[in-house]
Parts: sequence; structure tokens; C-alpha cells
Amino acid sequence: MVDKKPIILLFLVALIVAIPLTIYNGMGVNQGYFMGSDDQSSKVIEETGYKPWIHPIWEPPSNEIESILFVLQAAIGVVIMGYVFLYYIRQTKERAKKDKK
Amino acid sequence: MHIMEGFLPWQWCLFWYILALPVVAYGIIQIKKITDKNPEFKPLLAVSGAFIFILSSLRLPSVTGSSSHPTGTGLSAVLFGPAVTSVLGTIVLLFQSLLLAHGGLTTLGANVFSMGIVGPFVAWLVYKAVKKIGWSVSICIFLAAVTGDWFTYLTTALQLSLAFPIPTIGSAFVKFMVIYAYTQVPLAIAEGLLTVVIFDYINKLRPDILETLKVIGPKLKETIKAVG
Repeated sequence: MVDKKPIILLFLVALIVAIPLTIYNGMGVNQGYFMGSDDQSSKVIEETGYKPWIHPIWEPPSNEIESILFVLQAAIGVVIMGYVFLYYIRQTKERAKKDKK
Repeated sequence: MHIMEGFLPWQWCLFWYILALPVVAYGIIQIKKITDKNPEFKPLLAVSGAFIFILSSLRLPSVTGSSSHPTGTGLSAVLFGPAVTSVLGTIVLLFQSLLLAHGGLTTLGANVFSMGIVGPFVAWLVYKAVKKIGWSVSICIFLAAVTGDWFTYLTTALQLSLAFPIPTIGSAFVKFMVIYAYTQVPLAIAEGLLTVVIFDYINKLRPDILETLKVIGPKLKETIKAVG
């Protein structure tokens, strides 16, 4: 039998992500929507007249490059996780074989 | 929760570095200790780190009309405790500050303190407390991950209002809380759900490791065996 619990939980996650996109359909960054909370707080700080005293050594030159680096970050995580889980699955299968013998 | 490069006066950068460094150092010693004693923990440690990598790269929209990202530290905090998690969090934050200009080297101490230390510490405490009440493991994990995520952002709001108490610390705190806290509520819930999914999967594949880590009690294994 397929375990339904993870399917339901993942569906809920999808819903949490989808709802705001539906509510603010048609709105974009230009209308002030979906800006990162980190950037918002940086803006608040700059409004107080504070000037950052040091700048990042390197910054992604465009949003597209930034996105691909975020994807790289996720991909590193996915590859490691997949590798370990496959290793665990094989171990479990081998143990089951031994138990049969 | 990333405080951007240069967005904290240097005195505060130093202050948070001094607070964060001993915890990370202790975490490194602990990692060495537990992996020397139980080499079988290494793959699970890698999974916990990988989970932080994945979740903190997801910038999700929130019902408040802005976007933010989960932290992913709840899993590692429950499995290995806050000190080990602070080391994993440092690796992720270093990656993001060098390659994404998200966060910074000078603000690394402050960011490690919020995402790597306070969040995981709260998650770990909540897990212990809720487990004592006797609720199901899934609910314990869920609540731990949700509160860990939320307290990470609470800490960032506090750090910023301490550094920029304009006009007062209180009103600055409210201002930063409005930006972070409401946005984070649905995302923290999403993080809690994802953490439960991964934890269940680990529990299905290797309940024996979770038991050695004393994350789940031995009783639970008996029931799993009985069901299986």
C-alpha cells in the first residue's frame, strides 16, 4: 500500500506556495510584491540614513546568474541526499535478503 | 534572515562573531566525537546538511505578498543538537555569502547566531519538551521545525533593532518584526511539513540510527516491528 501521509503533506506545501501566487495574481516586483524580506529590511535600514560600510567581494551580475547559483545550491543538497538515501535503500534490501537466507 | 554585507556596524559584527564562534568550535569538536564513535552517523549528518542546503535555497512567496526562505535547520537540530547544526549552518551561510552575495562575511557571525544557533536551539528544546508530553513523533518534529524557523527570523529582527534603534529599540523591533514575522508564518509551516516528510523517510529506512541517537524511543521500534 502506498503511504499517503507524505503525499498529503507535500500537497499542503504546494498549497501554501500556490495561495499567495493566486491572491496577488498579476502583481509583481514593480507593484512592490514578492520582494525578499531581507531586501526589505535592508531598505528600511538605508532609509535611516545608514550607508553600508563594506560591499560584497563578488555579486552575481544579474538575476539570471543569481538564480542559477541558487539552483546549484539546491542541486548540491539534492545530490547528497539522493546518494545517501539510495545507499540506505540498498542496505535495507541486502539485510532483507540475508534475513531470508 | 540574511543581514547583508555591510548592514551592521562593525562593533555589532564583532559582538555576534564572539558569541557564535565558541558554539561553532564546540560543534566541530562534537562532530568529530560522534563520527569517531559511530561512523554510521556520517551519512545522516550529510543528509541533515543537504536538507539545509535545499531548504535555504528555496525563496518562497508568502501570503503577506513578500517572499522569504525557510532555514531547514530543524532536522539537524532534532537529530544532532544545536551545536552540530551551527557548523552545518555556517557552511551554508558561507556558500551564500560568497557565491550569492546573500548575507556577508562581516555579518556571518550575526547570521550564524540566528540561523545556526538560536533557531536550532529553540527547535531542539521544543522537540524535547513536546516529546515529554507524549505527542506523536511527527507532531514533535513539525513543531520543532516551525518554531526553529520562526525564532531564527525573530532573532534577526532583534539583531537589526539593536543595531538600528531608530527611534527606539522597541519601535524598530516592531518594524522589523512586521517585515519578517508575518511573512515567515506560512513558510515556517511549509518547512515543518517538509521536515516531517524527510524525517518519516529516514525513520522508515534506518530507525536503528534514530534510536541510537535517542531521537525516538526503543518502544517505537517495537511497534514498527509489530506493524511490519
